[in-house]
Amino acid sequence: MTERPTYTLKGETGDWELVMGLEVHAQVASEAKLFSGASTKFGADPNCNVSLVDAAMPGMLPVINRKCVEQAVRTGLGLKAKINKWSRFDRKNYFYPDLPQGYQISQFDHPIVGEGEIEVDVEPAHGDPAYSFPVRIERLHLEQDAGKSIHDMDPTATYVDLNRSGVALMEIVSKPDVRTPLEAAAYVKKLKSIVVALGTCDGDMEKGNLRADVNVSVCKPGAYEKFRETGDFSHLGTRCEIKNMNSFRFIQAAIEYEARRQIEILESGGKVDQETRLFDPNKGETRSMRSKEDAHDYRYFPDPDLLPLEIDDLFIDNIRESLPELPDEKRQRFQDEYGLSRYDAGVLTADSERAEFFEAVAHGRDAKLAANWVSQELFGYLNREDLELADSPVSSVQLGELIDLISNDTISGKIAKDVFARMIDGEGDPVAIVEKHGLKQVTDTGAIEAIVDEIIAANPEQAESVKEKPKAMGWFVGQVMKASGGKANPQAVNQILRQKLGL
Amino acid sequence: MTELTKLTLASALDGLKTKAFSATEITQAFVDSIEASNDTLNAYVVKTPEKALEMAAASDKRIAAGEAGLLEGAPIGVKDLYCTKGVRTTACSNILGEFTPTYESTVTQQLWDAGAVMLGKLNMDEFAMGSSNETSRFGPPANPWRRNGSNQNLTPGGSSGGSAAAVSADLCLAATASDTGGSIRQPASFTGTVGIKPTYGRASRYGMVAFASSLDQAGPIAKTVEDSAILLEAMCGHDAKDSTSLPEPVPEWRNAVHRGVQGMKIGIPKEYRVDNMPEDIEALWSQGIDWLKEQGAEIVDVSLPHTKYALPAYYIVAPAEASSNLARYDGMRYGTRVSGDNLISTYEGTRSEGFGAEVQRRLMIGTYVLSSGYYDAYYLRAQKVRKKILNDFVEAFGSCDALLTPTCPSAAFAYGEKADPVQMYLNDIFTVTANLAGLPGISVPAALDKQGLPLGLQVIGKALDETTCFRVAGALEEAAGFVAKPEKWW
Repeated sequence: MTERPTYTLKGETGDWELVMGLEVHAQVASEAKLFSGASTKFGADPNCNVSLVDAAMPGMLPVINRKCVEQAVRTGLGLKAKINKWSRFDRKNYFYPDLPQGYQISQFDHPIVGEGEIEVDVEPAHGDPAYSFPVRIERLHLEQDAGKSIHDMDPTATYVDLNRSGVALMEIVSKPDVRTPLEAAAYVKKLKSIVVALGTCDGDMEKGNLRADVNVSVCKPGAYEKFRETGDFSHLGTRCEIKNMNSFRFIQAAIEYEARRQIEILESGGKVDQETRLFDPNKGETRSMRSKEDAHDYRYFPDPDLLPLEIDDLFIDNIRESLPELPDEKRQRFQDEYGLSRYDAGVLTADSERAEFFEAVAHGRDAKLAANWVSQELFGYLNREDLELADSPVSSVQLGELIDLISNDTISGKIAKDVFARMIDGEGDPVAIVEKHGLKQVTDTGAIEAIVDEIIAANPEQAESVKEKPKAMGWFVGQVMKASGGKANPQAVNQILRQKLGL
Repeated sequence: MTELTKLTLASALDGLKTKAFSATEITQAFVDSIEASNDTLNAYVVKTPEKALEMAAASDKRIAAGEAGLLEGAPIGVKDLYCTKGVRTTACSNILGEFTPTYESTVTQQLWDAGAVMLGKLNMDEFAMGSSNETSRFGPPANPWRRNGSNQNLTPGGSSGGSAAAVSADLCLAATASDTGGSIRQPASFTGTVGIKPTYGRASRYGMVAFASSLDQAGPIAKTVEDSAILLEAMCGHDAKDSTSLPEPVPEWRNAVHRGVQGMKIGIPKEYRVDNMPEDIEALWSQGIDWLKEQGAEIVDVSLPHTKYALPAYYIVAPAEASSNLARYDGMRYGTRVSGDNLISTYEGTRSEGFGAEVQRRLMIGTYVLSSGYYDAYYLRAQKVRKKILNDFVEAFGSCDALLTPTCPSAAFAYGEKADPVQMYLNDIFTVTANLAGLPGISVPAALDKQGLPLGLQVIGKALDETTCFRVAGALEEAAGFVAKPEKWW
């Protein structure tokens, strides 16, 4: 695997580097909310999935949803993180109309999951090859989501929808181990692939079920290494937190903008203010949301309505035993079992549906050929058309059949691409397409010999000269293939030509 | 028929069972008494006579069908802290406006399931914050007891002042109450009634308007120790809807009341001998010790060295929790809203008008002690003190089965007499320790002071050992032979 490249931004005073830590909020996949029995189903009418607890009616009390605890532990195990058998819920106090209790129940200093680490794969980009790097996870904790304030339904009033109020979130906090905008997006992609594989979050970023806050700071080359040696944050620049981004593109664009903004401030002799910022995708800018001075004093304290959350080894072991194969494990297996490169295996295992599709295609077939067809041809097509695998016009069975046609010499690889294009156009099964359009490869040596004889007879001079320059045989191959309409088996053509031309 | 209101809960249940009178008859008697007396006493803030008579009629049917529950047909008053379905519940605060729950608290549901009849909602200090019931939005109830020869109204104590006044004046057979720092035991002591706060977690807090979650506990105020045991049994039990509810079976406490104290060791904590304690209370405490000795208990001196820190710790922890618990009263979803030009002014208007002065004071204290930079010095320190206080009790219970103390450092006082909040807070000095440590505590009326006002003795038991509390309280009740009732002036 390639070395991790150094990422620098050129300023007027020299080079700058980026340092980032991320906080990812992942909505726990569960039927009911974190502390109430209300449904978490998306798309219900406003204020229909709200229990008395979620609306903070007088005298209502939270009761922890066991499923959400299981999901947090499952995620922690997936992040190779320490599971804390004793954790605690705290109240984060602030007033807002979409926060009915006047506090969010969260975990402050005793999260359910402690330190872990994940390996993040970065795709080739800007001429750099693919590489991977580790990100240390600081913690994962459970907390309630707030409701939704709707400001644009009325010029003077704000409407509140409490359907989300109390839905369980996992906040996954990384250490400042991310160094480029692409790495930040790749980190979130990796987290997404892990939680989706685990079934602990559906990863639907469009619905806001997975969103990221990025802490961005800039520093001079060498400073980060000093920070890593000493753990002393004063080596790093002042950070700004960009809140609530729900697309990989926004994450990268926001970081790029924010880094430039900070460098400009610093180079003009200014000071970066620690603050919370929002990314405006329309303008491609970040803007200040609130400064450190305006930051709330959340008055955290342990929630007296809840007991400390204690889990035992049996609880953890049961979850551990039911863990599915994780993306990294799957990638390793694909490398070992199918002989794929780390990068190819990574592409195929980034998402469990794609991995499953590949395995269905590769089963009993040439794995490298299958990998090529699945990731280059099919995924390439889907990416270009911005389609989900579920919307693929070609099923794994059909793609498998196509590969079979190549493997048993019914068609050539070149013809296969033509067949594939017809499959995408909805012409159906490859066998039928080959049949219908007469694309079957000619392996009948008699038929090929006839064509070869004809071409040699028509071109006696070339036939003579090829004996001096055997490389010129390629011209004859081309002529034969052309005459056969591309259907002649290339190996057979080569063999017969060699024989007839006396090479 | 009015005599029916003078019955104890135990004898009323016997009479109902033997059909000496019907649920409707006894309920009607209470409805009439309330109608006649409540304007003067102000014990009930919501009267539910129609509902009471309906429930009584249903009880009579069940009695006739032989399907009577444990409290079948017993008319009960409910502290306004308990959410009651379809009946206005405001914790006597303006901020809850005309709030009428669509749900029932677990404790009251258990009472109705056992056949009890609801007479109405009882007065209390706003959000249970107070020791004299003067912070109620409805004004304070009057203590049925007055000083000898005086016609000055006195406080029935607080925060469960309405419950204590109603029981004392025979406006219900017994009442639910709640105790965060002494709010059951102090009013019981002030009104010649029995009040018990069980172990924290015995009774569900589901549907009780929260004051300080780690301290709040439901309990009854009743006319006798036995009555309090009957009602407490019906109120307690594990509830999955309250995470702090204990998964413990409820013992048959009623049977413990008359089992005596032979062979028991009763601890006397020396730190409860405070300066300026009225002589009458000193004397009653000594008398209590003698009564228990005479009945075969052994008296041991014990020490609870951190007692002096209990009150300061309490007045940090309780306001801190309250400041967060009461954040939900923001005028957005229910209760009072005072609309302003923007969100902040709406919050300010709503909470300034909705909360009374004492509640505001505590919310500010609570917000302050949780603030960044002060948390460690106040809240965290107070929690450490709390642990020390619990350890003191654990240590003391190594050498005794229960503790005997006075319930309060004074008898009932007049309204306005303790205008200084700190003077008011000092009233809780003997009761807050049991809340901080989560222990059961019961107050038993034991004597009248020189001015003719009732005084209570408190028994504090080990965690989950209400049984011992009831045994000691039963022995004290028997020895004291306290039968005095206030002279009816209302």
